[in-house]
Amino acid sequence: MTAVPVPHLVVDRRRDTAETVTLRLEPVGEALAEFAPGQFAMVHCFGRGEIPLSVSSVQGTGGLAHTIRSVGAVSDGLCATRVGDVVGLRGPYGTSWELEPARGQDVLVVAGGIGLAPLRPLILGALAEPEAYGRVSVLVGARTPADLISREELEQWATAYTGVTVDWPDTGWHGDVGVVTQLLGRAPFDPDRTWAFVCGPEPMIRATARDLAQRGVPPERIRVSLERNMRCATGHCGHCQLGPLLVCRDGPVVGWEQAQPLLSVREL
Amino acid sequence: MTPSITLRLEHAMPVEHRERLLRIAREVDLKPDTRLFEEGGHADRFWIVRDGTVALDMHVPGRRTPVIETLGTGDLVGWSWLFEPYVWQLGAVTTTRVRAYEFDAVAVRLMCDDDAEFGRAVGRWVGRVLSHRLNAARARLVDLYGSPAAFLSGGAG
Repeated sequence: MTAVPVPHLVVDRRRDTAETVTLRLEPVGEALAEFAPGQFAMVHCFGRGEIPLSVSSVQGTGGLAHTIRSVGAVSDGLCATRVGDVVGLRGPYGTSWELEPARGQDVLVVAGGIGLAPLRPLILGALAEPEAYGRVSVLVGARTPADLISREELEQWATAYTGVTVDWPDTGWHGDVGVVTQLLGRAPFDPDRTWAFVCGPEPMIRATARDLAQRGVPPERIRVSLERNMRCATGHCGHCQLGPLLVCRDGPVVGWEQAQPLLSVREL
Repeated sequence: MTPSITLRLEHAMPVEHRERLLRIAREVDLKPDTRLFEEGGHADRFWIVRDGTVALDMHVPGRRTPVIETLGTGDLVGWSWLFEPYVWQLGAVTTTRVRAYEFDAVAVRLMCDDDAEFGRAVGRWVGRVLSHRLNAARARLVDLYGSPAAFLSGGAG
């Protein structure tokens, strides 16, 4: 892990949606340590600044990649980069999804919008060892069909169940309509022997985790990725403090038994 | 009966009432684009989906009928049959081939009137479905995926 951004070359750039781009990166010189699914890097856009970005692909499976939504000066700059441009990376930082304890159990992945990106390497990891896990289900919700990322991959993944739903369908949409939590009733999983991995905006995480807990999934087996404003990423500046947690160091991935009381507080 | 349907009714209704309800069910096999009911129509039946998808829609003058929600395996289609004035609040149409259990609402209401325990079980089951759908509708009102957060995908800057 380094405190100085390490130059990385943009070797591939794919537009996922009108607002979202995936950049595949390779180190110009010395490589960073291997990222684990769920961890993040501080990605530096030279001349603009740096932002925390989860990995949507890790070095071991397909190369390091970040999926970025263009919503501010730095992310705009990163989305505008071209193949051959150089960006800076620090990391890996934070906790990972930890798929290992789910061996022999059902795996339930629930994503909201671009939250599918950080879950992607976890899904690929589980599907790469079908004999090691029980039923793997992927549930995705988005505001509109145009906001869905990895649509082609979703159709190809050999899951026990893949459900995709949108809030606002367009004329070409023939899939499900409604919130992602309604898909929980259709996914095949045994609550007593399931590990759930949830990523998306906070209201979606809360709604999903609450529903999973009501269905009998133990809170400590519901892993969620928290969103706070990371700056230093090393647990020193305190920008990402959430109660007793420094999300950059103690998160972003934590168990619901830890996150639930913190996300219930109005001002923290 | 599929495991999913078994599981959902098991959660909501004791086995004796569940079996009694299913005894009067009629198995139906519906083609895609079969309209189950129209908004404003008399609510005299309801369904439990065994397989396939049903879209709930709403008539909006001058616009293409928007789909409000889709229902799938194990879901209850229709609840207006339980409450006066027994008028459908939305429309429902199959979007795929649908296999379902169809129930005569009048017969079920009579069973509820005759047996208070059975009636309570049915009321609790439908109430639970309504509670879930109300929560889902509220979640959509707050625009679940439109939160400004998503720092780890660029939302921080």
